[in-house]
Amino acid sequence: MDKKAYQFLKKNWPYIFAAIILILLPNLLSDFRLNLFGKFLTFAIVAIAIDLLWGYTGILSLGHGVFFSLGAYSMAMYLKLKSEELPDFMMWSGLTDLPWFWRPFKHFWVALPMAIIIPALLAIIIGFPTFRARIKGVYFSILTQALALVFSIFFIGQQPYTGGTNGMTNFQEIFGYSLSEASTMRGLYIITVIVLVAVFILSRWLISRKTGRVLVAIRDGENRLRFLGYDPSIFKIGIFALSAGLSGLAGALYVPQVGIISPSMMGILPSVEMAIWVAVGGRGTLNGAVIGAITVNGAKSYLSETFPDIWLYFLGALFIGVVLFFPAGVYGIFERFKGKKAEEKGVLSNRGETDYAAEK
Amino acid sequence: MPVEIIISQIFNGLSLSSILLMIALGLSITFGIMGVINFAHGEFLMIGAYTAFILQRFFHGQDSGYYFLLSLPLAFFVSAFIGLIVERSIIRFLYGRPFEGMLATWGLSLVLQQAARNIFGANNVEVSSPAWLNGGIEFIKGVQLPYNRLFIIAIAVICIIGMYIYIYTSSSGRRMRAVMQNRDMAACMGIKTRRVDSVTFAIGCGLAGIAGSVVSLLGSIGPSTGQNYIIDAFMVVVLGGVGNLSGTIAGAIMIGAVSPFFEFVTTSSMGKVIVFALVIAFLQWRPSGLFALKTRALD
Amino acid sequence: MKGYRLLTIIIAMFLVFTGMLLPESYAAEPIKVGVLHSLSGTMSISEVAVKDGTLMAIEEINAKGGLLGRKIVPIVEDGASDWPTFAEKAKKLIQQDKVSVVFGCWTSASRKAVLPVFEKLDHLLFYPVQYEGLEASKNIVYTGAAPNQQIMPSVTWLLKQNKKKFYLLGSDYVFPRTANLIIKAQLKAEGGALVGEEYTPLGHTEYSTVINKIKAAKPDVIYNTLNGDSNVAFFKQLKAAGITAKDMPVMSVSIAEDELRGIGADIAEGHLAAWNYFMSMSTPENKVFVENYKKRYGKDRVTDDPIEAGYFGVYLWAEAVKKAKSTDVDKVREAVKGVSFNAPEGKVSINPVNNHTSKIVQIGKVRKDGQFDILWSTGKPVEPEPFPALVSDKKVVAPGNIVKR
Repeated sequence: MDKKAYQFLKKNWPYIFAAIILILLPNLLSDFRLNLFGKFLTFAIVAIAIDLLWGYTGILSLGHGVFFSLGAYSMAMYLKLKSEELPDFMMWSGLTDLPWFWRPFKHFWVALPMAIIIPALLAIIIGFPTFRARIKGVYFSILTQALALVFSIFFIGQQPYTGGTNGMTNFQEIFGYSLSEASTMRGLYIITVIVLVAVFILSRWLISRKTGRVLVAIRDGENRLRFLGYDPSIFKIGIFALSAGLSGLAGALYVPQVGIISPSMMGILPSVEMAIWVAVGGRGTLNGAVIGAITVNGAKSYLSETFPDIWLYFLGALFIGVVLFFPAGVYGIFERFKGKKAEEKGVLSNRGETDYAAEK
Repeated sequence: MPVEIIISQIFNGLSLSSILLMIALGLSITFGIMGVINFAHGEFLMIGAYTAFILQRFFHGQDSGYYFLLSLPLAFFVSAFIGLIVERSIIRFLYGRPFEGMLATWGLSLVLQQAARNIFGANNVEVSSPAWLNGGIEFIKGVQLPYNRLFIIAIAVICIIGMYIYIYTSSSGRRMRAVMQNRDMAACMGIKTRRVDSVTFAIGCGLAGIAGSVVSLLGSIGPSTGQNYIIDAFMVVVLGGVGNLSGTIAGAIMIGAVSPFFEFVTTSSMGKVIVFALVIAFLQWRPSGLFALKTRALD
Repeated sequence: MKGYRLLTIIIAMFLVFTGMLLPESYAAEPIKVGVLHSLSGTMSISEVAVKDGTLMAIEEINAKGGLLGRKIVPIVEDGASDWPTFAEKAKKLIQQDKVSVVFGCWTSASRKAVLPVFEKLDHLLFYPVQYEGLEASKNIVYTGAAPNQQIMPSVTWLLKQNKKKFYLLGSDYVFPRTANLIIKAQLKAEGGALVGEEYTPLGHTEYSTVINKIKAAKPDVIYNTLNGDSNVAFFKQLKAAGITAKDMPVMSVSIAEDELRGIGADIAEGHLAAWNYFMSMSTPENKVFVENYKKRYGKDRVTDDPIEAGYFGVYLWAEAVKKAKSTDVDKVREAVKGVSFNAPEGKVSINPVNNHTSKIVQIGKVRKDGQFDILWSTGKPVEPEPFPALVSDKKVVAPGNIVKR
């Protein structure tokens, strides 16, 4: 065998293995479980997006539910217009004409880019003044949290245009394929896998480059970076926008698979949960983010099915336990078993973090 | 607009400010010591409210209802005690790790809510206000100032005075300020930061408990009670500036004064959106709040 | 005391686990049914009790020897007050557990979320709560009230009591908004007047400003469609502001006996509510129902309209299964048309045209003990009309088949 190919295989075999499993899953799982897993994979994309921002750049956003939902709403508007001339909730609310900003979403090739552009644009609008004013740390987190609250109340209040608390649901078809067919769901699953892999590779590429080092430098010593002549705020705005855009993309994949998007997805609870996926998986590693999203959501589904009355105890205990005992997350445990030092892989150590906190 | 409506709106602003202040006071203190939001703060408020409920069950049938006064200190101690346990078992591992602290307290809040649901049932429970708090003063014709709102304002004032005396005159309060401002330096000066942390966190939780027993006069008591108030409290603390009593007071008064106005001229939903959007905009201008600690540090 | 509930749960779990080891006492394969309600989150304050009512009916049927000689096994899922979770769990119950029917949901939002799931997988849901209408799916049986069985009669009744000026107050979501659309049309048609309309976010706790707005508008009656926690805050603060039921009664459509326990009956005393069932009804079926419910869940528990609808929904389904002699979804869906049952509220039957339930309509006034004095009643069941002519130009010709009038 070609030596180069051998090297490549040796280095990347877990990824190739994982990819093969992902591709084979449709044959192994029931339709319901596959659909559920497809949802988890869209969450994994969000987790990567948050990890880029939090794990690598040290900015914790607790408002990613907004970006995710904006992407999801863009897609939902397209799907809704595919199913009905005038969405049902507009009729209940007394609208007779389609509002102007709904019109472009009739076209898939408007709706899909919009699912990425709108969240990214919002991130730039929020990020520009915020990062220029050097707001950071917990202040930024709380600010994004307020954003989540404002957006969810706003969307709930605008029932004629957004569907209110109900959100949007009851989609019939995508590209002429019925959304009730199991084969369509399988197709959507495969698309999600492909997008996840692409996002993963893009993110790895990004962090392996000089940009990635600048991002880590922002996390570990922003002022030193500034003294070296960099402008951290440009990088922060950029990564925030990228992260928001990727979350929007994930939202766009989420909607056809789950079949509903409502303002409850953009509120504070899901936004915090998204950060928790990354924390549980192990922040500062892309693998950890993906594993975290799948583990937490898998656990949530499993626990709530098995113990519907008391599952919150287990979930709460999981969050506390991971934070207390496995600061490097689930992936950190793997790494420890493999005998590697976490630092080498770029996993945050406790020491690094106290430094970060003390610097404030 | 008729004059009685204007007067009662001003009173509403004052009343809302005092409620926000009660809730945010404890949060501001735990925020100062942890450097992070205590997401479980609302649940300590819930514990206080349930304490009032249990006490009422205990004294069932007493018409005078003066036992309600007893529920205030009791709620303080129960919440503070549970807060102390939590600090000793969970929070103390998380100082200087703000993000982890946020997530762990989030998990804690889930557990506490579920515990309330299993112990007291998923339903809301009833705390009836004592007879002497029913009714109100007829301020001018058409404006009734309810006794229970006046009572809350009074309790809020007492709590603030108490905290001022504690923080700025007692030696224990001085140590607390020292740890909040510079943990390492305080430790170097021989302050037992461990103990200060525990005491501070417990006091913060205790204040949430008082707030809980007080808001039970106005709102529901159930497993999700804490969730209803926590966001408003965040906003107050963030607007005011962290670890700073005057800031929290100013933040509460600002939000409390502005909210009823916007709610009156628009709708309740839009009023909330506008107020929070204003807070976000304000933070762009003064990132560390109204009363930031003066520091010469770079950040 | 309630403190023992945790202990009870532990014991119950132990019993469940040991129960699994016991040999199956029923010869035939059990019938699996799904129960889908919010057991956590904000909606759990209302939905847990409905789940209890549903489970009680299932157990009663099992105690009498089961259905078609088979035991009914409920599979309970938690919708967690989150609409996408409802959709996920509905899929799980149908596809994974292969249940014969699902009982559940409370909010309109959760029903709308699961509706496409039930339609695409062509399954059957029994929905136990009054709602805003404008829906008649062939995959849902509505055992709660349609608008003409709760909202519209109560408005007409109020107008007859010479309460002409209405203030509409609701939570910001679809049921209050649509209900108010109907009420506004009705006020216009029947000679009332609208003096104000306000929506507050779910979980809102500060009502002083809203109350001031109400004071400024000087209505004769406040029509309240608030949901959940907010009701407690609203009523407490209304009373503190010195407004009593005598000067300005509140007519509510989301407050039943169970919610009253959280508000405090002395606070809501004298205010009004419209329902199909009240716990204080004196039918013999109701006496047995209330007694069993208290025996099962504790003597301080109360029954109310949605609990009762969740309860008799199981019986209506069981009647349909007996009629069809099968649990097959298609056959049961055909058989359920026109079945009837002597429920605690009186005779209920499924309207074959629109899958809603024909039921009695009543208006009650809150008493000091948290029960209702029944002021008015239609006396006999009212046929459901999910698409009121006032706001809709459509009508139902068969479940799932809606045409222009």
